[in-house]
Amino acid sequence: MIRETPFHPRTSEANKTGLWSHWSGYLATDRYQMSDKFEYFAIRNSAAVIDTSPLYKYRIIGSDAERFLAGVLARDIRKCRPGQAHYTVWCDDEGWVVEDGVILRHSDDEFLLTAAEPNMAYLQDLVGRMAVQIEDVSDDFGALALQGPYAREILKQLAPEMEEIGYFHLTPAKVGNAAVTISRTGYTGDLGYEIWVERDDAVGVWDTLFEVAAPYGVIPAGQTALLIARIEAGLVLIDVDFYSARYAWNDDQRTTPHELGLGWMLRDLPSDDRAFIGRRAIERELADGTSRWKTVGIMVDYEDWNRVYNERGVIPPKDHTPEHGGMMIYDEKLERIGYTPSFVYSPMAQRHVGIARIRPEHAALGTDVSLEVTIDHRYDVVKASVSRLPFFNPPRKTA
Amino acid sequence: MPAKKKFDAIVIGGGHNGLVNGAYLAKSGLSTLILERRHLVGGAAITEELHPGFSFTTFSYALSLLRPEIIHELELTKHGFMPLLMPSTFAPTEDGDYILLGQDKNENHHEISRHSPHDADAYDAYGHMMEQVVHAIRPLMDSIPPDITSKDPEERARMAAIGSYLADLPPGVLHDMIRLMTGSAADILEDYFESDLMQGLHASSGIIGTKVGPRSQGSGLVLLYHSFGEHDGAYGAWAFHKGGNGGFTQVLARAAESFGAEIRLESPVDHVVIKNGRATGVMLDDGTELEAKTVVSAVDPRRTFMQLVDPRELPTDLVENIRRFKFQGTSAKVNFALDANPTYPGLEGRSDQYRGFINMGPSLDYLERAFDDAKYGWYSQKPYIDGCIQSNVDPDMAPPGKAVMSCFIQYAPYHLKESDWDSERDRFGDVVQKTLEGFFPGFGDLVLHREVVTPLDIERVVGLTEGNIFAGEFLAPQMFFFRPAPGWNQYRTPIEGYYQCGSGTHPGGCVMGAPGRFASQQILGDLAKKK
Repeated sequence: MIRETPFHPRTSEANKTGLWSHWSGYLATDRYQMSDKFEYFAIRNSAAVIDTSPLYKYRIIGSDAERFLAGVLARDIRKCRPGQAHYTVWCDDEGWVVEDGVILRHSDDEFLLTAAEPNMAYLQDLVGRMAVQIEDVSDDFGALALQGPYAREILKQLAPEMEEIGYFHLTPAKVGNAAVTISRTGYTGDLGYEIWVERDDAVGVWDTLFEVAAPYGVIPAGQTALLIARIEAGLVLIDVDFYSARYAWNDDQRTTPHELGLGWMLRDLPSDDRAFIGRRAIERELADGTSRWKTVGIMVDYEDWNRVYNERGVIPPKDHTPEHGGMMIYDEKLERIGYTPSFVYSPMAQRHVGIARIRPEHAALGTDVSLEVTIDHRYDVVKASVSRLPFFNPPRKTA
Repeated sequence: MPAKKKFDAIVIGGGHNGLVNGAYLAKSGLSTLILERRHLVGGAAITEELHPGFSFTTFSYALSLLRPEIIHELELTKHGFMPLLMPSTFAPTEDGDYILLGQDKNENHHEISRHSPHDADAYDAYGHMMEQVVHAIRPLMDSIPPDITSKDPEERARMAAIGSYLADLPPGVLHDMIRLMTGSAADILEDYFESDLMQGLHASSGIIGTKVGPRSQGSGLVLLYHSFGEHDGAYGAWAFHKGGNGGFTQVLARAAESFGAEIRLESPVDHVVIKNGRATGVMLDDGTELEAKTVVSAVDPRRTFMQLVDPRELPTDLVENIRRFKFQGTSAKVNFALDANPTYPGLEGRSDQYRGFINMGPSLDYLERAFDDAKYGWYSQKPYIDGCIQSNVDPDMAPPGKAVMSCFIQYAPYHLKESDWDSERDRFGDVVQKTLEGFFPGFGDLVLHREVVTPLDIERVVGLTEGNIFAGEFLAPQMFFFRPAPGWNQYRTPIEGYYQCGSGTHPGGCVMGAPGRFASQQILGDLAKKK
């Protein structure tokens, strides 16, 4: 049976379209109302509420919890102090990315790791003799993201203690009578927070939040709106921008952190003495320069986009619906040099943008490339150029 | 340090076209000064806090026709360009019925079917016809029209090219285009729609800003013009810029400054200085003379040719054409700060119907009767109202839970018979509020503050002659080859070094920016030729 998130009594009421998808075994709203783009604009313009409860959540506790995680996660968890959070990845011993997720550090010896896929056996099998307990608390908690420029102004009215928390920090708080954790995290690239609440308190938190938030034009936003925002934010998505190394069939489907644009997590590797899974492979990759890809942004030339469609006599589409596929990218000789697994018309950039995977020698900022499009079942190419990720990065996100 | 007095180019008027023009000139490397008479830039595209916490779009209030090239060429997204989707259109009646259109094609079909199953299907056909015509006419609107009076072979060739282009269009599209350009909005709409509400909703776009009724020849052109824009590629869709159109012109100002343009506020220009038949600069009201090789007027044609320069310096036929260029402003604004969103009978507790335009013009007859008053020199006793409660789209516009409502009003003719606008301002405001009360019972109780903007106020504050919001009527004899006058439709003037770039030039008004952009191309081309 498909499960319902702790907020389901409210999300089902708010969902006027009947459009749901299945996310990690839970019902998730695709869009609540007829315009997903309006929901998207709530994220950029006021704030939107997104039910992110379906993520797998693992509580990792014990006196060895830090040591354990320092050996499992690629990013050095020892630098994540209690009250902080990390976006991190974990790799297999060949240095391929298994998965990514956000980990919250509640105290010296208590962490909460989120993941898009089940990882219980994977993690437990690595515990060995360490004093660590791992508990799957996925169903015990709801997570509600409040994302957008008004997020802080709204939340501080409910929980004044959150006003000061910095980017990727967290605090225990109370919303109404419910004890919650508020973290300054999210998947939109905007100012935003996530509220972690026990299942039984979830509906109450939703109601309390909306009482304050509704006059600001805050609305619930579904998956489509979230996925537009995440491409603008340059945030990768499993099974779209990469695949778990555990389930890949060949190395073409596997990715290293550097290839995925997450090399920054390993910036301190030379001064970091940890033995973590994949370390030696990653060091070899860096020393031998064997990275096969770079993950970069591509921005489509708006004039050329218009040209190719106008030449076919059709209105050039500027569709905000994310395209998760693999549009091919070519160099000037029309040799294939990469592809763009995530592509969208970005309302903030006012042009088509994509998260792209390109051969390193073609991935310098500003490199001209060609993107393959299909118009009326015929191939064509449009001009694009390699650009920085993210496409949208407002100062308020971290201010 | 004394303020600089010598520039490559001076732009008179910091409205959106002046800013666009100045930004392009600065981007090309000219030292550029933009002079604005008021304490803020934007012209008729401004946002003002007229009641604490409430931002009013005093004049223009939505965005659609802005040319997408300008967004990219002036890098506006770097400076905060943010056109917000308005996802709905609400057309209420005075008896509690309505049509609420949204972003879902099939839901719209069901909604229109409540009124007429015929119209529900025709709506798609009408939309497709409009898109085809708009797509066909875009290349003409997005280029500088040839000079119809010129014997220059290049201009003649461009005339011929237009002929060929039109001849190559599908015959049906060409015919629809001509019907729109020459006929009435009612004629077209009655071909498609049978329900009063659908006819009224669409005909409204055929009268906005123009002294025509929906059954007047010429309203088709106005209808077409208002369908010509886009929001993210959706033809005919309108957006609300973050912070209103004042938010947009602030973006333009930042872009212009980032390219090196200087903007001076509270610097009214008295006249353009002309020496030996060429413009050499401007004289400010306070007697300061500023020098420039290029002077660009972003104000309307009457001011450009009759006030900033001496008409005696100009050819007689141009003076004659400008003298008879029709302004006859016919629109007004009444803006409200409201304690809450109004309640619509039957939709109590809902406000999602207020996320776009609220079109109070429920039938052709309603609109035509509103026009009847104007024909005889009076304002409509039951006016057409294009409402927009912008706080539902942008929370920056009003305090949480409160609302700010922009109401575009027609008809409000500039010349009133046996009265004047200073005498009628409040009575006119009352007529508008009473009309709103008819659609939204209890509306009056919500009003915290009311701003009445008559055509006379538009003229006084913004400087648009007779309060015409397009800087000159959208009538066929005043468009394309003829805007603002035959022979002078390419942004030049008879005075060397003096150019025009306001909405009184091709393609015309609305917050479009094309005149400012095209004028910059002409100026830069002329400068390059001289080198």
